[in-house]
Amino acid sequence: MSDPTPLLSVTGLNVAFQTPRGTAQAVNGIDFTLARGEVLCLLGESGSGKSVTLRALMRLLPEQRSRISGRVTIAGEDLYGLPERRVEDLRGKVVSMVFQEPMLALDPVYTIGAQIAETIVRHERVSKAEAGRRALELLEKVQIPSAKRRLEAYPHEMSGGMRQRAMIALALACNPAILLADEPTTALDATVQMQVLLLLRRLQAETGMAVIMVTHDIGVAAETADRVAVMYAGRIVEQGTAAQVLKTPQHPYATGLFASTVHAGLKDRRLDAIPGAPPDLTALPPGCAFAPRCARRREACDVGQPPKIRMADAREVLCVDAVAAG
Amino acid sequence: MTVVHTLPPAPDVGGPAEPLLKVEGLTKHFPVRGTGFFAPKLVARAVDGITFSIAKGETLGVVGESGCGKSTTARLLMRLIEPDSGSMIFDGELVGGELSLRDLRRRMQMVFQDSYASLNPRLTIADSLAFAPVVHGIPHGEAMAAAADLLEQVGLDSATVLGRYPHQLSGGQRQRINIARALALHPRLVILDEAVSALDKSVEAQVLNLLVDLKRSFDLTYIFISHDLNVVHYIADRAMVMYLGKIVELGPVDRIYAAPAHPYTRALFSARLSSDPERRTVAVAIEGDPPNPINPPSGCRFRTRCPMAAEVCAAHEPAAIDLGFGHSVACHLHDPASGHAEARAHV
Repeated sequence: MSDPTPLLSVTGLNVAFQTPRGTAQAVNGIDFTLARGEVLCLLGESGSGKSVTLRALMRLLPEQRSRISGRVTIAGEDLYGLPERRVEDLRGKVVSMVFQEPMLALDPVYTIGAQIAETIVRHERVSKAEAGRRALELLEKVQIPSAKRRLEAYPHEMSGGMRQRAMIALALACNPAILLADEPTTALDATVQMQVLLLLRRLQAETGMAVIMVTHDIGVAAETADRVAVMYAGRIVEQGTAAQVLKTPQHPYATGLFASTVHAGLKDRRLDAIPGAPPDLTALPPGCAFAPRCARRREACDVGQPPKIRMADAREVLCVDAVAAG
Repeated sequence: MTVVHTLPPAPDVGGPAEPLLKVEGLTKHFPVRGTGFFAPKLVARAVDGITFSIAKGETLGVVGESGCGKSTTARLLMRLIEPDSGSMIFDGELVGGELSLRDLRRRMQMVFQDSYASLNPRLTIADSLAFAPVVHGIPHGEAMAAAADLLEQVGLDSATVLGRYPHQLSGGQRQRINIARALALHPRLVILDEAVSALDKSVEAQVLNLLVDLKRSFDLTYIFISHDLNVVHYIADRAMVMYLGKIVELGPVDRIYAAPAHPYTRALFSARLSSDPERRTVAVAIEGDPPNPINPPSGCRFRTRCPMAAEVCAAHEPAAIDLGFGHSVACHLHDPASGHAEARAHV
């Protein structure tokens, strides 16, 4: 457990897609690491590159249409240097994923129990009976009521909250070291969202797995994250502990995002909206991508990429205005 | 900026004291096919006898989880679907009686959640905006001029946007256009059904500011449907909480948010996410998913998830109890005569 090398590290990751309108630069040189047992939230709006980053960590992006560069290391292995066969061994066993829409992610023609058992048999070469027994344990672990009966259920026979629990059970089937969760509670109702977030938090604490959670919701980050990375136009513009980033954001985009999020106490006051809209990823400006919407824009912002500045409290901010540690 | 009204604002018939809209016993049950050919027909009680009214110039927020009937209610009010029973009185005139549906829809307009699906992909923005005014008898040229003016009112540059098609615009721009189109007939009531829910937070704040401005400049009344309790708190004067086709609580936003009276409202509020990583939520308020509106529980529909449920809750459906200050709740706990052991009087 006291292994000093991170479980996962990402260095200079770039992802670009060929589209009819040109090359969309979805992810533009991001770096981060994930320690064992750590919960990292990638927080950003649509088009910020958070989900693309997550998919890149499982090598799920379509290889024909995407150009990927940079280095992703998982448990000491260079992900993009591995043959496909080895990547399949990693998926589900070392890294596994929970998607936003369980109805689309689960197979509609197999029962929940069969889908979980299949994963266990694939990775651990145990008997079908043993895999079935483990599947039942997993459904109980994610608190699905009358789990034994639910093993025989098809995804369409379950409610949204139950389906998401079932997908979490499937993702945890082989005790992965890293769980990737892409907006896992966005499609759920408020009361169910809270149930699933608390479940994820409990499972993380019990198993000690590391989690990367992608979300657009500051509340989800506040409820789950140890560290938060705020993304904008394919770059991490601010990265630090959850308390640092969520309570005293430094990057003008992060500040603006929190100011424009409606919360109690704003009634009858005008909202501090960020003007404009996120940039077109096929035509990113040469300088800071947020500059056109930034109240603190100066000449230096448009000249080149802003430097990544490490502040005195160890957080990293991508802005010419950030003050570096002495 | 001068406002070009090619259509005159709809007249104020009943005067300021008359509610803009009175809804009485509105009901919609959908037949659902059972599983299997000979299975009995089932009924989804989507909206089940709801009664409320909305004053001129106010914003009524409607909250609830999926299946609670909030969107069905919106469609019933617009008469996009026919109610099974119940009546609607718009500014003193009975809808379907003195007030024809055509005139109702001039006075009441709607903005939907999906900004792309609600625009015709083959019409330019100018054509979309001018469509309804032309139908209502405005000459084409004037409707086009009004369209340009409306775009400026919703904060878009008419010169660049008028000739474009929906797919050439961002989600935020498209939603501004849907708002402009809703205003093209100069309605008095606008129903916003999750109108900002699909937008990114930074854009959502822009559109909320715009809605506040337009309400003033067009003298509007809003019904604001949302699953986001913070947004409803921000924008609404009164809130209506729905659960499985019923209104469980209704009242001024400040009162409901300060002291929610219904156990469901309390559970819903306590499921709000914290924004402070050092003060996280530690326990869930209620277990389980909202039940299906097909064959809802007897008596109080929330009783199957309610921590306070007693025998009376299964036996009798709670009526709305007046708590004063325009705040009402449908829960036996608030009716000392209900027979619920924990019931207490609220004076």
